[in-house]
Amino acid sequence: MSEKDMNDKVNEMLQRSEANVKKAEKSFIHPEDEEREVVAPDGSIIKVNPIYDYFSGEKPKEEKPCSGIIEKFLNWARAESIWVLGFGTGCGSIEIPPLVTPRFDMFRFGVQMRPTPRQSNAFIISGYLSVKTLKRVIRTYEQMPSPKYILALGSCTINGGMYYDSYSTINRLDKYIPVDVYIAGCMPRPEALLAGFTKLKELIKEGKGEKANEYARNFDEYKANQKKIIKDWNMPDYNW
Amino acid sequence: MTIYAKLGYTLLGLLIVLNWGFLMGATFRKIGARVAGRYGIPFYQPWLNLLKNISTRTTITHGVMYYIGPVFRLTGGIGLFLFMPMVFTGTVDGPWTNFSFEGDLILILYFQVFGMLGMALGAGQGGHPYSAMGIARGLAQHAAVELPLTLAFISIAIQFDTFSVYKIVAAQQGGIENWVLFTNPFAAATIILAMLGAMGHSPFNLVKAPNEILIGPATEFEGTYLGFMQSAGSILHVMEAVLFMNLVFGGASNWIELIVKTFLIYFWSVFVGMVFPRFKIEQSVTWFFKVPLLLGFLAIIIYSF
Repeated sequence: MSEKDMNDKVNEMLQRSEANVKKAEKSFIHPEDEEREVVAPDGSIIKVNPIYDYFSGEKPKEEKPCSGIIEKFLNWARAESIWVLGFGTGCGSIEIPPLVTPRFDMFRFGVQMRPTPRQSNAFIISGYLSVKTLKRVIRTYEQMPSPKYILALGSCTINGGMYYDSYSTINRLDKYIPVDVYIAGCMPRPEALLAGFTKLKELIKEGKGEKANEYARNFDEYKANQKKIIKDWNMPDYNW
Repeated sequence: MTIYAKLGYTLLGLLIVLNWGFLMGATFRKIGARVAGRYGIPFYQPWLNLLKNISTRTTITHGVMYYIGPVFRLTGGIGLFLFMPMVFTGTVDGPWTNFSFEGDLILILYFQVFGMLGMALGAGQGGHPYSAMGIARGLAQHAAVELPLTLAFISIAIQFDTFSVYKIVAAQQGGIENWVLFTNPFAAATIILAMLGAMGHSPFNLVKAPNEILIGPATEFEGTYLGFMQSAGSILHVMEAVLFMNLVFGGASNWIELIVKTFLIYFWSVFVGMVFPRFKIEQSVTWFFKVPLLLGFLAIIIYSF
């Protein structure tokens, strides 16, 4: 093979790989999630768009709090009944199981664990957050019913901590989702978590636990930040 | 007694039953905590949870049945309450007998299944593949519990020659020796064993294990719907305890007696749950088809001749 032929071949391969990359950037949706037509058993044709069939793509709306004493009363109930989603995102989640043991016993503060985002109103981001997990965190956060609260655990969520220069983790959590309470430390002990819960309760009782509304208000800004870092955005803008 | 007075008493009774159910639930959690060496939740936590749940600002729905499911379950609880004499006052037209009538035992048997069906319908509409699995397991166990229970109920009905819960209570008055517990020990033993399954605590709590296996139908519900489910669950727990009290333990002649007796009945299942770990569904179904079912057959056979 001559040198010219060789060059042509290499150029062709390069072009093909570039085209592949462009194609990959254009459609990163899994084949089974792509919009398509399906033939039903009776022969009729149904259009399916799995991503939007399963989730609502509607934007979140600001939900106005009730007025005066009613909201205060409800906030008291919300503060005394914090249901935490059982989703450990980083190494800090090892500090959560001791909270249910006799030594720390978070139940006496009205804090309980729930298995599903639908029933939880608090979400502990426990430690470093990789980009891959961030995507899951956003989906989960958006599925929680409002009003919802975020506790960010450990220094990784504040400034990246010891992973500040890692290629795969985020540095500041509140760029992507609104945070109510930061619990600093590496790792914070369970007592620090309990102190964080107490602080969160104070905030809710003062009527300052309105970060879900803040998220709805600055939705475009948050989405822009999220999409900047999550490259394979194969989900609707807002998942219920 | 006028119908309005009767309605008033019934509504008041429902309020008492709901709150007593919440308090029983909290005490159950508290005892669990103490057994584990913890301090546990405050006794008023269920009321706060209910308030919190009904005050969520966003809720999603999975369609019509998702709305109706919790309502169905609540209807089961309230229906069970409506036709159950709560306190024995000497006359069926008295204040706390609700709308008890001849043959209410049969109706109560139907209403017992309502709660589980409500859950099944609601969670089925959720479309989660695992909720169908959870429901299948729940209904399998429920069927296994219902069979011995029904046999025991029929045995008691044959014994007193009536299907009216009120008359069964009336027949047991006049001393502890008149209780079905002593006059029909096989039916009583069947009910006491099958009760463990009806109450849904460990070792028979498979369907309500969302934390461990993520497939309890209750995981599909949130916000107000979950609040409904919790209220219905509390009412059902109290009403089942009241049913067993009426059938086996001589009923109650005032609310204090009712509270003490239902507490003891409920905590029989709680303490068993504290001691025994959870059964697998096939183990629990086999267990119900062995001991309680045989006892139920014996109870029927003895009173048929």
